[in-house]
Amino acid sequence: MTETLTALEVCCCGNCATAGHPKEVIRPLTAAEITQRNADAAAYATRKAEEDAAATAKASAKASANAKLKALGLSDAEIAAL
Amino acid sequence: MANTYTLIASSTVGSGGSSSISFTSIDSSYTDLVLLASIDSSPSGTYNWGYLTFNSVGSNYSQKFIYGDGSSVQSFNWGASAQLATGMLNNATQTASTFTSCQFYIPNYRSTTNAKSVSSESAMENNATSAYITMGAGLWNPATQAAITTITITPETGTFVQYSSFYLYGIKNS
Repeated sequence: MTETLTALEVCCCGNCATAGHPKEVIRPLTAAEITQRNADAAAYATRKAEEDAAATAKASAKASANAKLKALGLSDAEIAAL
Repeated sequence: MANTYTLIASSTVGSGGSSSISFTSIDSSYTDLVLLASIDSSPSGTYNWGYLTFNSVGSNYSQKFIYGDGSSVQSFNWGASAQLATGMLNNATQTASTFTSCQFYIPNYRSTTNAKSVSSESAMENNATSAYITMGAGLWNPATQAAITTITITPETGTFVQYSSFYLYGIKNS
């Protein structure tokens, strides 16, 4: 089953009843919006992979730095105080 | 100093979820706009993002963020010029039925000569050690300046889930 993606539009004209249009409309996404949505999802995946790699590298560098400091004789409290 | 908050419009997402929320035909009788939102989204992951665009234009945005996750604080530039970002948002990984509280302040939104600035805050909710609070400073600087008449928010991935709610206020300086 294919999910129907929808957009919610809220009119702020303050005169909807008199103007004869609904204040809220729920409509299917347009083809252009779906294309943009797919591009956003791809960008999200790329950025998440970069963020995950950066976080892993940082954690690794931190562990390595701590190990080297300990090898120099620093205590955990002294390392934490840096 | 702002002395009035007037609710222009609000909306709550229904049972089917929504891929975007737009406030359209925003009138020009205010000085500033404030958008408050309580957002949860559908995908799994450490967090989701939301996108913010004005007048359905997907270009000329820039933004700087600072965020904290409970153990560290970092800053970064938002890398995409196609939209502003809301800050980190709740999704299916966080505690069920918890929402991210967001505020966006948009001063001088009706200017036809100046770029539009946006200051934002968002705070995730999660009954666990990992949650994010984000503060952002953004700018929309199109080649031809225009009053903001439409604000659209979309999740970066997935959908906004039921009971996500959005409130747009107008502020006057007199």
